[in-house]
Amino acid sequence: MSKVMSHRSLERLGRGLTGSCVAISFALVVTLIVMVTYHGLTTFIVDGISPVSFFCGDVWNPHETGDNGVPLLGALPMIVGSFAVTLLSCVFALPFAIGSAICIVEIIPRIGRTVIQPVIEVFVGIPSVVFGLIGLMIVVPWTAGWAGGTGYGIFSAAIVLAVMILPTITSLSVDAIAAVPQSYRLGSYGLGCMRWQTIWHVVLRSALPGLLTATILGMARAFGEALAVQMVIGNATAIPDSLFTPASTLTSILTMGMGNEAMGTIPNDALWSLALILMGMSLVFIAIVHLVGRKGANVHA
Amino acid sequence: MRETSITVHAMRARRVDRIATSVLIAIAASLCLLLGIMIGYVLVMGAGKMFDPSFLFGKPQQFKAGGGIGPELFNSFYLLVITLIISVPLALGAAIFLVEYAPDNVIVHVAKMAIEVLASLPSIVVGLFGFLFFVLMMGWGFSIISGALALTMFNVPILVRVIQQALESVPLDQRDAGLALGMTRWETTLFILLPAAMPAIITGIILSAGRVFGEAAALIYTAGQSAPVLDFTCFDLTNPSCPWNIFRPAETLAVHIWKINSEGVVPVLTAISDGTAAVLLVCILLFNLVARFIGRTLSRRLSA
Repeated sequence: MSKVMSHRSLERLGRGLTGSCVAISFALVVTLIVMVTYHGLTTFIVDGISPVSFFCGDVWNPHETGDNGVPLLGALPMIVGSFAVTLLSCVFALPFAIGSAICIVEIIPRIGRTVIQPVIEVFVGIPSVVFGLIGLMIVVPWTAGWAGGTGYGIFSAAIVLAVMILPTITSLSVDAIAAVPQSYRLGSYGLGCMRWQTIWHVVLRSALPGLLTATILGMARAFGEALAVQMVIGNATAIPDSLFTPASTLTSILTMGMGNEAMGTIPNDALWSLALILMGMSLVFIAIVHLVGRKGANVHA
Repeated sequence: MRETSITVHAMRARRVDRIATSVLIAIAASLCLLLGIMIGYVLVMGAGKMFDPSFLFGKPQQFKAGGGIGPELFNSFYLLVITLIISVPLALGAAIFLVEYAPDNVIVHVAKMAIEVLASLPSIVVGLFGFLFFVLMMGWGFSIISGALALTMFNVPILVRVIQQALESVPLDQRDAGLALGMTRWETTLFILLPAAMPAIITGIILSAGRVFGEAAALIYTAGQSAPVLDFTCFDLTNPSCPWNIFRPAETLAVHIWKINSEGVVPVLTAISDGTAAVLLVCILLFNLVARFIGRTLSRRLSA
């Protein structure tokens, strides 16, 4: 009887210990979401800034008030900047990432899977400040050289981000393409298709959900990247005229501003609202990944 | 007539196939070239500083030429160790619960989702939360402990995923055998599953350590951007110059690169930041090599 009891209490101990680890992690996430949401909404609820002027205003100058006596808090330049660098970096990165992934899995699998893929996985772990530094040293002077101006701007930031998310998207795309069942390829070859026809009509088509997920995760990483972007975008809080004039993103303004504003002031609350937008977008990215995953599962079933 | 059109079609297919193949190979080659040049550039630019002991172990200087990264190098490793001490047990526990015990109900699904959300939050958001919660509300100030907890939030989801996969890939027979011997789930996990999954877990931990080591955005408002002078003869844990004091601010290598570039008050800025970047990169590459090596050796020893 005592043996049974000790078994039961052992089991209870294990369940309790490990369960509390999950509970702690869960509590931290909930605290994070609640606190960021609370501080982010303060701008609108307590400080009385209208959401419309916040999302559509294009002047960001928290320490000055406009004609109507309300601080100038227009987040549009940062929102535009964030989306512009994210989309542009994806446009730069996608052909390289997916092309390389196809090459690694389908064309040179021997070298690809044993040499190139591990090397690319190492690159996923390279710190973003290193990318920012390389951007500062190489990309900014290079852009300034042929486009004129200072070289700081959305274009340079998109190049840096593209290089940064290349390994991420490539590595996930390799997994997606490699997960296509071999029988699909054999079936296609059996019908007399060439390798490229097989890749284009069969492999890519059935790997599509996985490739989409890879792209979205890469976009999420680009959207949330702070320091590498802040170092090369120039940090001007106005909607830029071109891709080559200084601009700013949500993350770059947060990085620079949070240290300068005292907690509880309106400029500080406004920064938390930017953080809230950032958090909301990353939730949207996850939701899309889930939707794509579910759809992909349905198609395969 | 019909035959020739098929021949033409086949010829065209073959030509397209050749072109596509060479384009794909060119793309992959340029990707490798790009990444290779990047690593080479950082290492070559920093090579001069990397082997200079007065740089590696010296004090940083402001407004004055020279200066090293001694405290930053120490802080990076110390912060990493503290982070792992907190995050590994937490992640291990959470992963074991999710694999072994988790009932299939709404609460567990929500908890799983929460961990996944944490994995995809931008690190600057995690850093700002750390600033609000650990630095201000808990009153720990810019300190190693605040930084380590912020990094834990960043690290736990990665670790949970790795450990979960490692545990799930242990063959079902082994788990059943343990249970059939009359062991509890807890004992089976501790004595059978964990040892079997250990190589993958350790590899995962070291790889995540590389990520933590290079993280900067989550640290600038938690562990702070200043590196007090360290006195390694001091063991008074309340003294800010005691290296082991977890309530002192600690700037890491990655934060240092960002800070000196955005402040611009350090003379010979490029030399210092290139050197720091090279040191950082070498550390990360070493983490990767060690992870692969240990993973391989351990699994060979276990399977022998």
